[in-house]
Parts: sequence; C-alpha cells; structure tokens
Amino acid sequence: MADFNFELVSPERLLLSERVTEVVIPATEGEMTVMANHAPTMTTLKPGVVTVKTAAGATNRYVVFGGFADILPTGCTLLAESAVSSDEFDRASLDKRIAAVKAQIDENNHSDEHLTRLEQFLAELTQLNEIVVAA
Amino acid sequence: MPSLKDLKNRIASVKATQKITKAMKMVAAAKLRRAQEAAEAARPYSQRMSAVLSNIAQAVGGDADAPLLMTGTGKDQTHLLVVCTAERGLCGGFNGQIARFARDHVRKLLAQGKTVKIICVGKKGFDILRREFASLIIDRVDLREVKKIGFENADVIGKKIISLFEKSEFDVCTLFYSEFKSVISQVPTALQLIPAAVPEGVSADTGAIYEYEPDAGEILSDLIPRNISVQVFRALLENVAGEMGAKMSAMDNATRNAGEMINKLTLNYNRQRQAQITKELIEIISGAEAL
Repeated sequence: MADFNFELVSPERLLLSERVTEVVIPATEGEMTVMANHAPTMTTLKPGVVTVKTAAGATNRYVVFGGFADILPTGCTLLAESAVSSDEFDRASLDKRIAAVKAQIDENNHSDEHLTRLEQFLAELTQLNEIVVAA
Repeated sequence: MPSLKDLKNRIASVKATQKITKAMKMVAAAKLRRAQEAAEAARPYSQRMSAVLSNIAQAVGGDADAPLLMTGTGKDQTHLLVVCTAERGLCGGFNGQIARFARDHVRKLLAQGKTVKIICVGKKGFDILRREFASLIIDRVDLREVKKIGFENADVIGKKIISLFEKSEFDVCTLFYSEFKSVISQVPTALQLIPAAVPEGVSADTGAIYEYEPDAGEILSDLIPRNISVQVFRALLENVAGEMGAKMSAMDNATRNAGEMINKLTLNYNRQRQAQITKELIEIISGAEAL
C-alpha cells in the first residue's frame, strides 16, 4: 500500500515523524481516515484518539487534546495542543482537565456562546474518558 | 592598615564567594543547554503554525467576518503590555534591560494620552515596574514554582489575554520579552499579539487548494487564540534561555573578579608578612648589637 509522511507535533516537541499507510484522526466533524493522496484538507481536532498505522505494519495510538490537521496528498501534519502515546497516558490528567472545565462552567459568568463551547468540550472529554476506559 | 589575620579572613571569604559563583556558572551552563534544546524542540510547531496561519489568512482574505483578534477593534486607545522577565536575579542586566525597554514604551504611550495596562510575568519585572506604574499593573503571573516551562503555563497566560480582550478591556496587546541571540547577547523585543500580524510568505506549499472542515473562518478563529498561546510559549522559552545565558556570563565575570581580588589580597598579605619578618629580624639584630 502507498505510504505517506506523517508528523505529530506538540508545542513542546516533535513527537513522531515517519512513513505511515493510514491515520485515523478525530476531526471536529467526525472521525476521518487519511491515506496517501488525500485531497488537501485542513481541519480542527476534538479531544480523542489518533490511530497510526506505520508502513512497517505497527499500530500506534496517541491521545490528543484538540489541535488541527494539515493534510496534503504527500503528507499529513497534526498540530496537537497536547499529545501523548496511549501507553503513557495518565488517567489523572484527563480527570484534572474535566474537573477544570466543570469548574469553569460553574463560574457562570460566560457569554452563551462561550458556555456552549465549554459544554461541548466537556462532552468530548467525557466521551474520550469512556473510550480510554474501554480500551 | 588591616592586620595579617584580617587579610587572611578576607582571602578566605572571597575564595568562598568565588566557589559559589563558579558553581552557579556551571549550573547556568547546564540549564542553558536544556533551555536551548527546549526552544529547539518547540520550533517545528510554531513554524507550521505560522505556515498554516498565513495559508488560511490568504484564503479568508479581507473577509468581513475575519475574527476580531486578527483585525483588532479598530481603535488603539487602550494598550495591554505583557512584560515577561525572569523570576530570579543574579543574571546581569537581563531583567533590567527588559523592564527599561517596557518602561520607555509605557512612558511613550502615556505621553500620547493612551491608557496602559500591564501584566507582569515573572517577579523581577514586577518589582521594577511596580515602583513607577503600580496603578497600571492589573495582573501578574508567578512562575516561580515552575521547574520547566510547559505549554500549559503559556496557555494560561494566552487564555487570560484573550478573555480580557473578549471583555474589551484593551485594544492592542504587545508582548515584551528578550530575544535570545547568543549566550552573550539578548535583545529586548516587543511583539504585537493583538491585532495579530499575520506572517506572510512563509507558506511552502502554495498552489494546493484546501478543503476546510469546518469552514476557513471558523478554523481561523480557532487558530488565532492558539497562536497567541504559542507566541507566549516561544517568548517564555526564549526568556529562559536568555536568562541562563545572561546568568552564565554574569557569573563568569564574578568568578574572574573574585580571582583578581584574591591575587591582590594575597600579594598584600605576603608583602605584610615579609615586612613583619624583616621588622623582627632588625629588632633581634639591633638587640644583639647593643650587648
């Protein structure tokens, strides 16, 4: 199968840069699978799990919290706000994030639009929590 | 004239100081390397970020619904200055340099009749600016407890700036930090965050027509707040590297000065000791002659 270059970048460092055949990314509008020669697309991400199939055949999973993806026929770059390999993923940090968002909603001084965004974010985080527990 | 014992004590104390400054220099050198590595590692993200940003900005073009964060409020009455300095001193003129640069800027703005608000990141800048502009400082961020600056620290500051902007607390936001040129040279720099100056001509992959999901405007309004946090993060990293560089050269100077001082004191000490021996000899000889 044709492979392409995939890069996973977090603000702190370049996490991954290698040849892959298939990447499943949690885009805001639903999950999408990127393969070689994908049409150029730019999309935002929601918190979720990125599944990477490398050219060597291994499957790696990473947990990301938001960010965006820049997809070109020749490669795909994922700029994640924070990304960790699912093996190293720490449940406590997710719980902390959920608690922080809940606290923000409880502050109750937000505009409606902002509140909706926060609630959506909370829903996405909770969903991610379930996925991780199931895995 | 200090006695021999006094001189001895002084030499011992200067030697102790020299040991401390030498150790501090070594620590700063190790930390500098780490800070440089961190700055290096953060580079790919900010590079891609600006490439993507300029791509989208071109796609959106002069659209009326471009986010306010990019276009600004159209006024420039109230200025928010985010001044990033170090948490600790003993690093030469590093903190003073940034604070002075920011102070001149504040004075200029005040002279033009603008309203100025200041957020201080780091204790040292706060201490310096407080003397003159205590009433203008609206907030301060303390990073003293932070061992290694992560993106979360920058994100907190970024979110703070954005929420102030959404409450229309200011029109223009400028970030003050020290650009790390080399170990011996750090240049205080002002960077305008809001309205965001969109980087131009960095897009390497022009020609590709992107599909946007959701639409370009929405991605842009998601990207720009992120970009602010990234800029703050970069500034903080540069600051840490700069601080360590400045500390290293300051401590190097201190060590050298202590060395010179020890040489001078030792010379003095030996001279006095010799004088004393001569004096004693003369006393003995003249005593013997008198007999």
